Amino acid sequence: MLPYLLRRLVFAAFLVFAVSSASLLLIRLAPGDYAIGTLGIGASEQEREQVRARYGLDRPLAAQYWDWLTRAARLDFGRSLAYDRPVIDLVPERAANTAILALSALLLATLLGLPLGIMTGTRRGGALVGAVRAASVLLLSMPPLLTSLFLVFLAARTGWLPIGGMRSLDGAEAGGAALDLLRHMVVPVFALAMPLTAMFERLQAQAMSEVVGQPYVLATLARGVPRARVVWRDALKAALRPVASIYGIVVGTLLSGSFAVEIVTAWPGLGRLMLDALRARDVYLVAGCAAAGSVFLAAGTLLSDAALAAVDPRSRE
Amino acid sequence: MTRRFGAWVVAFAALAALTAPVVAPHAIDEQFSGLLNAPPTLVRVRDDAGRWRTPFIYSWTRVSQLEQRYEEDRRATVPLVWLTAGQLVRSADEARAPLLLLGADSYGRDVFSRLLYGARISLGLSLLAAIGATIVGAIVGGLAGYIGGAVDDLLMRASDFVLVLPAMYVALALRSIMPLVLASGTIFLLLAGIFSIVGAPFITRGVRAIVRAERQLDYAAAAASLGAGHVRLLGRHLLPAARGFIVVQLTMLVPAFIVAEATLSYVGLGFPEPVASWGTMLQDAASIRALADFPWLLSPAAAMFLVVLGLNLLLQGRSHDLRYDRPL
Repeated sequence: MLPYLLRRLVFAAFLVFAVSSASLLLIRLAPGDYAIGTLGIGASEQEREQVRARYGLDRPLAAQYWDWLTRAARLDFGRSLAYDRPVIDLVPERAANTAILALSALLLATLLGLPLGIMTGTRRGGALVGAVRAASVLLLSMPPLLTSLFLVFLAARTGWLPIGGMRSLDGAEAGGAALDLLRHMVVPVFALAMPLTAMFERLQAQAMSEVVGQPYVLATLARGVPRARVVWRDALKAALRPVASIYGIVVGTLLSGSFAVEIVTAWPGLGRLMLDALRARDVYLVAGCAAAGSVFLAAGTLLSDAALAAVDPRSRE
Repeated sequence: MTRRFGAWVVAFAALAALTAPVVAPHAIDEQFSGLLNAPPTLVRVRDDAGRWRTPFIYSWTRVSQLEQRYEEDRRATVPLVWLTAGQLVRSADEARAPLLLLGADSYGRDVFSRLLYGARISLGLSLLAAIGATIVGAIVGGLAGYIGGAVDDLLMRASDFVLVLPAMYVALALRSIMPLVLASGTIFLLLAGIFSIVGAPFITRGVRAIVRAERQLDYAAAAASLGAGHVRLLGRHLLPAARGFIVVQLTMLVPAFIVAEATLSYVGLGFPEPVASWGTMLQDAASIRALADFPWLLSPAAAMFLVVLGLNLLLQGRSHDLRYDRPL
């Protein structure tokens, strides 16, 4: 067990290192740089050189990378060129916003999707099962970009919920800041959670229906153990593997999805920051965002590995 | 039943894309400056006097320029003309009362026509990218499974690594390191290339497993002993065994790429104006006001939903593991 976790830990560390390094190198190798973008087309080459010299963009790539790497090891990720602030001041807040969004959606999807999947996977039919299944197939065809557009449209038409952002401009309304945040969270969290819920439901239903057909389930039922107990204790334990094994991939899916949701609902998360940084060729900010995103990924894969090891001892090999 | 419905939807979308120049009443950049954000033209068969007539329309008159509100001008009916000038259907009075089946966008362009032309770009790009991803994935997976050993390890580690990354961000990063302003043909190929790279790992893993398993079978040994070389053995005998898997994966990649194109275009990294793709069209619906007051601007989203649904239904029963390994 310990060597297995250690191996996964090394992979997680490598992930963070590789992703942030790759993004720094990519953005440096890209045509155009911050000097051209910020000064416009009218600037002379001399002015551009001055800007480059000021931010250290004129140094050779290898030197710049090495410098960034040694500082990043001390948690100094450089200064954002566009914001003129240390990256470490900018990224954590945005990353936390994305984390709030993604974790709430993951929690909601798990709490809704798994029980629904257990139900549809163990019952033979009926109106409810059919309805849940149909809803899942529909939702699977609505990626977060579409769900968020749809929910924002509904919110704008009805006026029931705020349509964008994270907080009201006039500060907290009656009920305080927490309630205000909750109201703003409904649209983006549901937009992100809906397709995921459908995915969990289908996956869990499939796993359950396979397990329910096993002889040991029939044997347990025949011994007189109540049906609910067999489903929720014996069968469920064996059917948790598929969902547990995709939690690692789901983090990537969540980040991809939350990018679209953040853009559509103006949620001040990592996605918007990354997009602006990429377009402005804001080298260190891009690398910082990528580092934050890859920390999420690494945490996700580690958690999923641990979950998998817990539900399926074979995976520890 | 549901599979047949999916097949119909997909076939219909493909037909719409192919016949766009004939069916679309207007060009993608034809603007009606008096009809910015005009609502959909209703095709009627009964006039105010209650008489049945051949299909006709009323023209829109602007009630408020500021709010962009329009009312039907009921004084004169405008007949539709069929099969003239190489078009399926047009309004008889294009200048005053154009046929805007899905309304107009903020430039006064026909959303319906742009939707049809957009289908060519969105569906064409996704299909090309899915084929590209399949080719890359099949080659990498085939080599990994066939050669085995250290090559297998290396290729599969790399592929797993890409699989963990959020596909949208990878596509975003790869797209934004390219020059922002490019000709639309270049962007088409560029996006297809990027999506192929991002999508390939979803093919690689399965192909590798299949090739590895098939390689042990007697027919592979027989082919080899009859003198088939490595290339022939892999290309003619082993990869075809993965055909079923590849077709399913390919169908799963197309919807993911449709959405990826839409997302990139939505944030302004896709096709330039006035090119119509479903993503660039959605950009017009990006403001809250447009969403609430001009819901017809969301029709590309509806089209996207239908095509993705159609493809998903088409897959039902084909893939046992229901789409848990999709990219986006």
